[in-house]
Amino acid sequence: MKTLIRVSFALMTLSMVMSSCVNNDNSNKGALSSNAAEKVYVAPGEHDDYYAFISGGFSGQLAVHGLPSGRLFKVIPVFSVDPEKAYGFNEETKPMLNTSHGFVPWDDSHHPDLSQTEGVIDGRWCFINANNTPRIARISLETFETEEIIEIPNSAGNHSSSFVTENSEYVVAGTRFSIPIPQRDMSIAEYKGNFKGSLSFIKVDPENGHMNIEFQVLMPGFNYDLAHPGRGASHGWMFFSTYNTEEANSLMEVNASQNDKDFIAAINWKKAEEYIKAGKFRTVSSEYAHNVYDESTHTATSTMKSEVRVLDPADLPGLVYFMPTPKSPHGCDVDPSGEYIVGSGKLAAALTVHSFSKMLKAIEEENFDGEAYGIPILSYEGTLAGTVNQPGLGPLHTEFDDKGNAYTTFFISSEVVKWKLGTWEVIDRKPTYYSVGHLMIPGGNSRKPFGKYVLAMNKITKDRYLSTGPEVCQSAQLYDISGEKMELLLDFPTIGEPHYAAGCPADLIHPKTKKIYKLEDNKHPYAAISESEAKVVRDGKNVHIYMTMIRSHFAPDNIEGVKQGDRVYFHVTNLEQDYDVPHGIGMIGANTSELLIMPGQTETFVWEPKKVGVWPFYCTDFCSALHQEMQGYVRVSPENSNIELSWTLDGE
Amino acid sequence: MIALLGLLTACGDKEGGNKAKDKSNETVVNADPMQNKGIGPIKELILPATIDEELAKTGEANYVVKCSACHKANKKYIGPAPAGIMERRTPEWIMNMILNPEGMIAEDPIAKQLLIEYNGAPMANQNLTEEEARSILEYFRTLK
Repeated sequence: MKTLIRVSFALMTLSMVMSSCVNNDNSNKGALSSNAAEKVYVAPGEHDDYYAFISGGFSGQLAVHGLPSGRLFKVIPVFSVDPEKAYGFNEETKPMLNTSHGFVPWDDSHHPDLSQTEGVIDGRWCFINANNTPRIARISLETFETEEIIEIPNSAGNHSSSFVTENSEYVVAGTRFSIPIPQRDMSIAEYKGNFKGSLSFIKVDPENGHMNIEFQVLMPGFNYDLAHPGRGASHGWMFFSTYNTEEANSLMEVNASQNDKDFIAAINWKKAEEYIKAGKFRTVSSEYAHNVYDESTHTATSTMKSEVRVLDPADLPGLVYFMPTPKSPHGCDVDPSGEYIVGSGKLAAALTVHSFSKMLKAIEEENFDGEAYGIPILSYEGTLAGTVNQPGLGPLHTEFDDKGNAYTTFFISSEVVKWKLGTWEVIDRKPTYYSVGHLMIPGGNSRKPFGKYVLAMNKITKDRYLSTGPEVCQSAQLYDISGEKMELLLDFPTIGEPHYAAGCPADLIHPKTKKIYKLEDNKHPYAAISESEAKVVRDGKNVHIYMTMIRSHFAPDNIEGVKQGDRVYFHVTNLEQDYDVPHGIGMIGANTSELLIMPGQTETFVWEPKKVGVWPFYCTDFCSALHQEMQGYVRVSPENSNIELSWTLDGE
Repeated sequence: MIALLGLLTACGDKEGGNKAKDKSNETVVNADPMQNKGIGPIKELILPATIDEELAKTGEANYVVKCSACHKANKKYIGPAPAGIMERRTPEWIMNMILNPEGMIAEDPIAKQLLIEYNGAPMANQNLTEEEARSILEYFRTLK
């Protein structure tokens, strides 16, 4: 053992010597320096320390990566169909993508956030917003499946979403575009004063996570960009950044950049609850879909709702205040103590930091600087805690570590800047490659950040990887922030545009994940939970096959009596009860290729046979040594034939 | 250092290998099916003289859901028929085959032989509890 220690010490010294050589090389390949490779290396069979839930941007999905390795584990389908998971293709999940605009197979996912208890990440759910057709989804972190999607009425470009309060009381969803509320046929030129923006507070049931739009705050016709909840002393407040306080409706890049200051809107949602209780709301008619996936039936249902409660701040004092914030702020980020609210004015030379306690004082002293549509504007100096001067170009978003530091991304100057809360001095800056948008520190939107890594999510990749033609991969970069100076450790590719992410230590989730669905809990109406329940039933033109699968056969596997013009439902139950033994099924000519069915689960696809003949189906997932034997046949007869429906397995 | 670690593990393996050899010698001795208790959590199981009908009924229900896709009571199917198994195997072996199929197929001489006989279709682990497996065993006692 002594020899072992001596040898390893010698090796360490050697590697230190070697890496210090590299340190002298001032190239932009920061990850070569020191022992970056070791810091991100997760040996075969070992696990990462953190989960990172990275939005899939325009893919509409949510990607699960491990940190520090950056490895991709799963793409959770949320707002888009996904053939790999049969999401939106099997009959059970189609209702998940229903909206008041009909079935929408593809959306744009932006900002994931994790549920919290007492301001700390609890590892129960991940929420994420659909930007295009406004919706919020809730994903179970036991099954890593989308369990619920609620459409947001009176909203358009659902961007200042989804952000969770510190006991997951609410997840908020703010509109980016203001629109006529209720929607109506009117001239666009009459925007100013007539269009409105809605900020939705969606109540989360603490037992099962089920979501319900509790109320909407009807705001002036600005654009609402991002939001973050108060915490600690500021719990009960929600902060939204605004731009286009000019209320322009054309050539926005010029016309929405005229005012020196826009606002951060502070919403007192505890006050809102009082007003709701006192009946000071209006009920507005608006159609929106609420889609819930039931784990016991393995099936989603979609319900159309018709009204929502609306609060008008002009009539309800104390509900909303505006804090002037320079130049079209994007990020609106609250530090772990809840005292500081950082506004990142995209076009400003400085970062603006508001103080929550000063805000309360300004409200109390009525230190106002006018009003907008009946909402008091607080004095800029009255709420100002400080500014971070000349930190970079194009500030975008800030997160926090557990040592009193803040980290802000700068889109135009492509860098992450570390600065100190309270003194507002810049401590370090590191380049990103290139044009960073959001960043993420695990727990960075909570009272308890885990300040070991920051993940920067880039908008442009250019030359960082082997070229794949004009369209190159999307990417993120990982920095070690455990020391005084940040250190770039890793580049890794991501799916879609990695818009924003949420992360937490793996042990909050990994030990609680589900391994199989128990057969005895399967309440799917068409499940066959043993081979003896396998059957085929005709109901007019509909034929329902109750099929089972286990290594390595289907029951039944020979079916006759199906006719041209039938709609054949394959309801397939996987009878396995062991971890990671899924089976797949594909049927020639069906509009699906593979339903991958987990142990204990039932999934359904529809086949409309168009041609007479005998057509095979087979297991599409390599399940066992006898996988190639896992197959069957369906005989399709002419519409007028009198072949009786029959089904067998091994002649029985 | 990695090389050194490798050496250390290699040593470990060697030791393990020797042990395994000893064990396999032992199992060869126990190859008499009515002596072999198999490999798994069940070391000793003494059955009462009379059959617990209630338990056997529960066992049949469990068997239908978890086992019948591959086993038919009186007919060779994907796997062997359980009828008469009490005359062919020890109760411990049956329980271990249900509860630890991977370990049995890898190490138990009878299970290894059965795997070959049954076209290499390994018995699935259906994650039964000891209690559930015991009920199925009771059901097997009722099969003629």
